[in-house]
Amino acid sequence: MTGVVSIVIDGTTREVAAGVTVAAALLDHGVMAFRRDLHDAPRAPLCGMGSCMECRVTIDGRAERRACLVVVVDGMRIETAG
Amino acid sequence: MSVRCREVDVAVVGAGPAGLAAAAAAAEAGRRVLVIDQSPRAGGQIWRHRDEGSLGRVPRALLARVASAGVTVLTGTTVVDAVSPRQLLVEGVDGVEVIDTTALVLATGARERFLPFPGWTLPGVAGVGGLQALLKGGTSFRGKRVVLAGTGPLLVAVAAALADAGARLVLVAEQAPWRRVTGFALHAFTNAGRLRDALRYRWAFARTPYVTDAWVTAADGDTRLRDVEVRTSRGTRTVDCDWLGCAAGLVPTIELAQLLGCTVERDRVRVDSMQSTSVTGVWAAGECTGVKGDAAALAEGEIAGRAAAGDTPGATSAALVRARDDGRLLGARIDAAFSLRAELLNLAAPDTIICRCEDVRRDAIDPAWTPRQAKLWTRVGMGACQGAVCGPACSALFGWAANTVRAPLGAPSCGAWQAALTPPALPGPPSPVRQAPEVDPHQGPAD
Repeated sequence: MTGVVSIVIDGTTREVAAGVTVAAALLDHGVMAFRRDLHDAPRAPLCGMGSCMECRVTIDGRAERRACLVVVVDGMRIETAG
Repeated sequence: MSVRCREVDVAVVGAGPAGLAAAAAAAEAGRRVLVIDQSPRAGGQIWRHRDEGSLGRVPRALLARVASAGVTVLTGTTVVDAVSPRQLLVEGVDGVEVIDTTALVLATGARERFLPFPGWTLPGVAGVGGLQALLKGGTSFRGKRVVLAGTGPLLVAVAAALADAGARLVLVAEQAPWRRVTGFALHAFTNAGRLRDALRYRWAFARTPYVTDAWVTAADGDTRLRDVEVRTSRGTRTVDCDWLGCAAGLVPTIELAQLLGCTVERDRVRVDSMQSTSVTGVWAAGECTGVKGDAAALAEGEIAGRAAAGDTPGATSAALVRARDDGRLLGARIDAAFSLRAELLNLAAPDTIICRCEDVRRDAIDPAWTPRQAKLWTRVGMGACQGAVCGPACSALFGWAANTVRAPLGAPSCGAWQAALTPPALPGPPSPVRQAPEVDPHQGPAD
């Protein structure tokens, strides 16, 4: 898979490699707070394969999506707990 | 809300080696086959990939076989409920669907066992396989300082993958004692392929120490990981790093099998020589029946797929049975050599979070008399992951038996769950309606 796509991370447009997961795109752009726990502490991916639910973010308006299970597409909008 | 229905002869849950092999075998026997997987691409954990060209010969050939046999692969899709062995409710990006099937093959794989230690919720702390999954998903670890702490062959394979990807691997800590590791190696390396793999892996991270009898006792940092505390036979030391990959082996993923009422033994799905579970019409293959590696998973999948397609027992070839037995023997050797040391089971401090979804600390669970009481008091294990992470941790810490499994599995959207309760508008297969008391809107989805 070659080429880059444009996605919007917390309001800022970013270029990422096509075919990567949302989790990879976020980590490569320095996002380490995917979500926040009940005490506002940041959380980031643990299992990387969809079972721990720590990487939940909002993708294209849909909340609670697992960033590790979704591949980026051009124009995708992602909101994290940044 | 109406629910779409799809009718197939064989439904396979999990698109790793076992699931793909089962699907191909059943489709080649003339059955209509559907494979469901929650990942964006087929391949499972071991063959997770961004583009097929990066895969080896075996996975590429199997994916080609699956395609030419006419198997439908439904990725990005999670099984939410199994109303019966013949009816699954699944949720994908486009909503929910009912899968009506004659035969069901479970190839749900395994996940990592995480044992809580102080600091394990910090961003930058992931699993050993977790880091590999993130790497395969496209995350760059180039120049990042990584400590790996875990056990068994996976630890070495991930170390090699990270080193190949340009990570600055600082330390690889194997919890098992040196004698056990070398004992395992002497047996395993009588197989030339395994010896070649092991040498290639160790060569890839040749500049990094691989220390046995070593494990991580704590992680520290403010908003992300800064350093970890590593215990070795020489004492405890602090190691600076950007990432920690830490896990305590693998646990079979058996929730769907449990929901269907399949007999489970030693936390794995029990199968007979044809990979048949205790429930009629349900077969199981691969790591959910016990961790044993991809070669055996392929063989089990092939056997299960043929059986689910209605093949007679005599059709199981000797080569498949041999591959399966080899894998089971290897799995048993891994279990014995890399059994977990007692110290790992009890690293959590009173204020360490045990249940990451519901932020439940150890000292909140400690006073409870029973798992049920702990759940009622604290919601431990009742969050988004439904105990996938803290279940094995609570088994280790408190000796709790495996979680009772109830639908829905995972964390479906309310819409999906509501749809499950609503009869389909179209005539056709029976509706997946559960009895009303099963779901109480004032309670969590399961206890």
